[in-house]
Parts: sequence; C-alpha cells; structure tokens
Amino acid sequence: MSGGAWRQRHAPCSIFPRHVCRRRSRRRLASTSGATLIDALLSASAAGITELLSPYPPGWGGALLVGLLHSIEIALGATCLGLLIGTGGAYGKLYGGPVVRDLLAVYTTIVRAVPELVLILLLYYAGTDLINQALTAMGYQRVDVSGLAAGIAVLGFVQGAYSTEVIRGAILAIPQGQIEAARAYGMSPGLMLRRITLPSMLPFAIPGLANLWLIATKDTALLAVVGFYELALATRQAAGVTKAYFTFFFAAGVLYLLLSLVSNLIIGRVEAWSRRGMPSLKEAR
Amino acid sequence: MTAISAASGMTAQSAAPALKHTAQDGAAEAIHVENLHKRFGELHVLKGVSLSARDGEVIAIIGGSGSGKSTLLRCINCLENPTSGIIRVNGEEIKLKADSHGHTVPADRKQIERIRSKLGMVFQNFNLWSHMTLIENVIEVPVHVLGIKRDVAIGEAEKLLARVGLAEKRDVYPAYLSGGQQQRAAIARALAINPRVMLFDEPTSALDPELVGEVLKVIGDLAREGRTMVLVTHEMKFAREVATHVVYLYNGLVEEEGPPEQIFGAPKSERLKQFIRNIG
Repeated sequence: MSGGAWRQRHAPCSIFPRHVCRRRSRRRLASTSGATLIDALLSASAAGITELLSPYPPGWGGALLVGLLHSIEIALGATCLGLLIGTGGAYGKLYGGPVVRDLLAVYTTIVRAVPELVLILLLYYAGTDLINQALTAMGYQRVDVSGLAAGIAVLGFVQGAYSTEVIRGAILAIPQGQIEAARAYGMSPGLMLRRITLPSMLPFAIPGLANLWLIATKDTALLAVVGFYELALATRQAAGVTKAYFTFFFAAGVLYLLLSLVSNLIIGRVEAWSRRGMPSLKEAR
Repeated sequence: MTAISAASGMTAQSAAPALKHTAQDGAAEAIHVENLHKRFGELHVLKGVSLSARDGEVIAIIGGSGSGKSTLLRCINCLENPTSGIIRVNGEEIKLKADSHGHTVPADRKQIERIRSKLGMVFQNFNLWSHMTLIENVIEVPVHVLGIKRDVAIGEAEKLLARVGLAEKRDVYPAYLSGGQQQRAAIARALAINPRVMLFDEPTSALDPELVGEVLKVIGDLAREGRTMVLVTHEMKFAREVATHVVYLYNGLVEEEGPPEQIFGAPKSERLKQFIRNIG
C-alpha cells in the first residue's frame, strides 16, 4: 500500500479540519517551483504526521508508545539486574577469593570484548535452546521463553559486566576510614554494605551508572533483531507499512530523546541526593 | 592475669593524684593484652607487648613514630589482626585462627562484632560517615547494631551532642564542620554505644593547634568521670594530667611503664628520657 493511497483511504477530506483540505489544493501547485515544492512537502507532512502519529488506529502512534513502553520495561529490568550483578561482581572482585576473582575477570573481559549485538544473538538463541535442552533432558516440556524475560536477562548480563567495573571503582573511591569506622563499631558485612558502603559509593558511581542506563535504553533497540517488539521494531513496522520512513524514525528519535531528558532530570535529583553530605565543588573552586 | 599487668595496676592506684579517678581495688579487668606480636610481612611491629586496663583506668600509650602504639590499639578490637598473643575484652578472650594464607584472623565473626560494639573507637581522622548528619552518625550504631529504638537513640544522641557542645549542629553533615567539631562528634558517636572502654587513636594529631584544646577538654572530662580509656597520644602534658598509667613503647616493646609522675618525673630508661626531652 503506498503512503498516498493509505492516506486517502484513511483520511477522507470531509471529516478532517479545513487545513487538510487546503493542503490538497496547494499540493497541485507544488510542481511549479522548488521553493513551493519544499513548502508544500513540509505542510503536507505536517498534516500527515498528525494522522500517522495519532495514538488511535489507523494512526501508528499507539504502536510506537507500546514499543517505547516495552523498551523502558526492558531497560529498567536490565539495569536493575545489571546493578545486582554489578554489586555482587564488584564485591567479588574486591574481596573474593582467587577463584571468584578469576571467574569475574573472565566474565567482564568477555562481555566487554564481544559486540553486544553478537552477544544478544548468542545468548538469546543459544540461551533459550540451552534451557529447552535442559528441560527435555529432565523430562519436562519445552517452553517458550518470553521475549521480555529473555531481553532483560540478556541485556542485564551485559550491563552487569559494565556495572561491575563502575561499582568497583566507586567502592575503591570511598575514604577507607569510613569502612574502618563501620568495622570498628561491630557492623556485620551485610549491614555495612547496606548502611555505609552502598550510600558512600553512590556519588562516585552515579555518573557511570547514568551512562549505563542511557546506553541500556538504546540497547533495547538491538533486541529488534531477535523479534522483540520494542520501539525500534514498532517504528520499522510502522514505517514499512506506511512508507513514511522519515516521519516514524524521526518520531522514534524524539521519543528516545524524551526518555533521555526525563532520565537526566531524575538522575540529577538522585545524584544531588547522593551527594548530600558533600560540599559543592563550585564553592571549593 | 600476668605479673606485669597486676603490678602495673597496683602502682597506678597507689601513685595517682587525688583529683584523678582511680581504679578501685579488685576493679574488673576491662582489657587484657598478653605477649602480643604483630608482623606486617617482614616488618615485626609488635614484639610481645602486654597491657592491662581495669575499670576506671586511663592508660596512655606513648612512643615515637613507628614504635607500634597505634598498631597495639588497633589490635585490641582486631582492626589489625595480631600475629600471636592473647587479647581479652571484658574477660572474654578473642578467638583467633590461622587462615589459608597463614594469617591470623578472628575465628568467630559474631564474637568479634559483639566485642567491637562494646569498644568506642575514636580515630585520628575522625572517620565520621560523610553521608549522614551528626545525629544520624551518633544513632547509627545504637539503632542498627545494638537494636535500640530509634526515638530512644535520638534522645540519647541529642544529650551526647549537647555534652560535646554540638547541640545545634545536629542536622549538619560532617564535611561542613571544623576538625575539632568533627572529632567531638566522633567522641559522641563512641559514647552513644555506652562503651565498656574507649579507644583513642591519636585523637588530636590531625587537628589544627588551636582546635586541640576543645577536644582534649572533652576527653579530659570523660577521664575525670571515671571512663575506662586507652589513649594513644603525642600530647605529653595531657597524658600526664589524665592518665592513671603510662606505657612507653619503643620499637615494638614496652620500654617502661608506670604512673605518669614516675614516667614523666623520674624516667629510668635512657630512651624514655631522651624521648621526653625531644618531645617536651
């Protein structure tokens, strides 16, 4: 279906406001000069966009928003999983025995060395296959691993390797005296982690973790290759069907940008809170 | 109890001046250290040190740089694990074992945590938790380690902060305070656990000279009200004023010990004489 045909079918002039009709008349003039052509195309797309991006069918806006929601779900899940792996990994690298440290070194090295797309393909297909082989070997039925769970697991595994290094660096940046005071007052390792180590390392970890969160929001797009319905795939489908490539990829770009801007606002708040005991650097300049 | 610690306890009692709180006859032994060795690799820092603190005693540990006095103090609550020797806190011996590398480590984590929560440690660099306000610093251990109710702990903490002159700084973060104020807050934090013994690791060494007095005054008040303390210090005048017993460490060994009048007034050892001359 061509874009024009689609528009004509779904947007009859009679039910649309007057400017839509006016656009049609102007369009006939467009062939006369280049300037009027651009002008016409711009206004043409301006009106077309409202139809194409409408959140209600036949507009594709709703599909894009569902894709965005799935992207955010995956990014949130992967980041949380990554933070758990990262905290454990950092602790293991700093305080673990030689075996734990070697295993973690292998994990962070390999994950950070292999392109994420390759890892995603490998873990997604090999991972689900492995689970099913294990299940059949134990006499269970094969299962369909949900795309969401698989996506979170795969991206979380990747995020974990990067988080490990960010958190390890942040823990090393804590003034040792604060850890020593916690030990001297009889705190158990778990209590010390919760009350002293994690809050103290947060200001040093936030910039790195914020990077990882923003990367995670965009890495969700890589899951499109394994058929998970997120913003990039939704966009590709919408653009493919309507042939309005520029409109939809631009709209997706704007959605990613909005996600980043909102994230920045929230991260800024969290960072200010995590630095609550620290005098501002500006005052010390 | 070893002969050394028994003897030192007696001399401390008989010679302490009247204004000082003196340990009572038969006062329980709060800290007992016997034949303590500590090696850092090749470096032999403590070579068999014994020390005893009875309830109400103020033990001052003096000595030159590298004599092992801070290490000795940090071994008492196992911030440094001793290589060998006996440490008893409150009559309870700290159980030690050798790990896979041959290092001595506490055998029972729960025991060492319990013992540590009875020892109020004050550090040279204050070591207040920077993400907590003063009141949060003071209630942290009572609430989360000792399990005291939060509102009760806050009431106690406010009294302690008032006592060290920081009542109106309760909601300020440590980084916004002077060194003297931070150290006084650290003393309040140590007092909040109602410690059996307070351990001071050079509490005034990181302070500007004009801030030393305010911290020494707080420590002096505690000594006079009969708190048991072990104090590593470079402030000889202060040690002479508040200590009931002074231990001079030289090169990882107790070179001389006794009541402050004897140590500062009539030292026997040549090294101690020279040390006092140099530092005075």
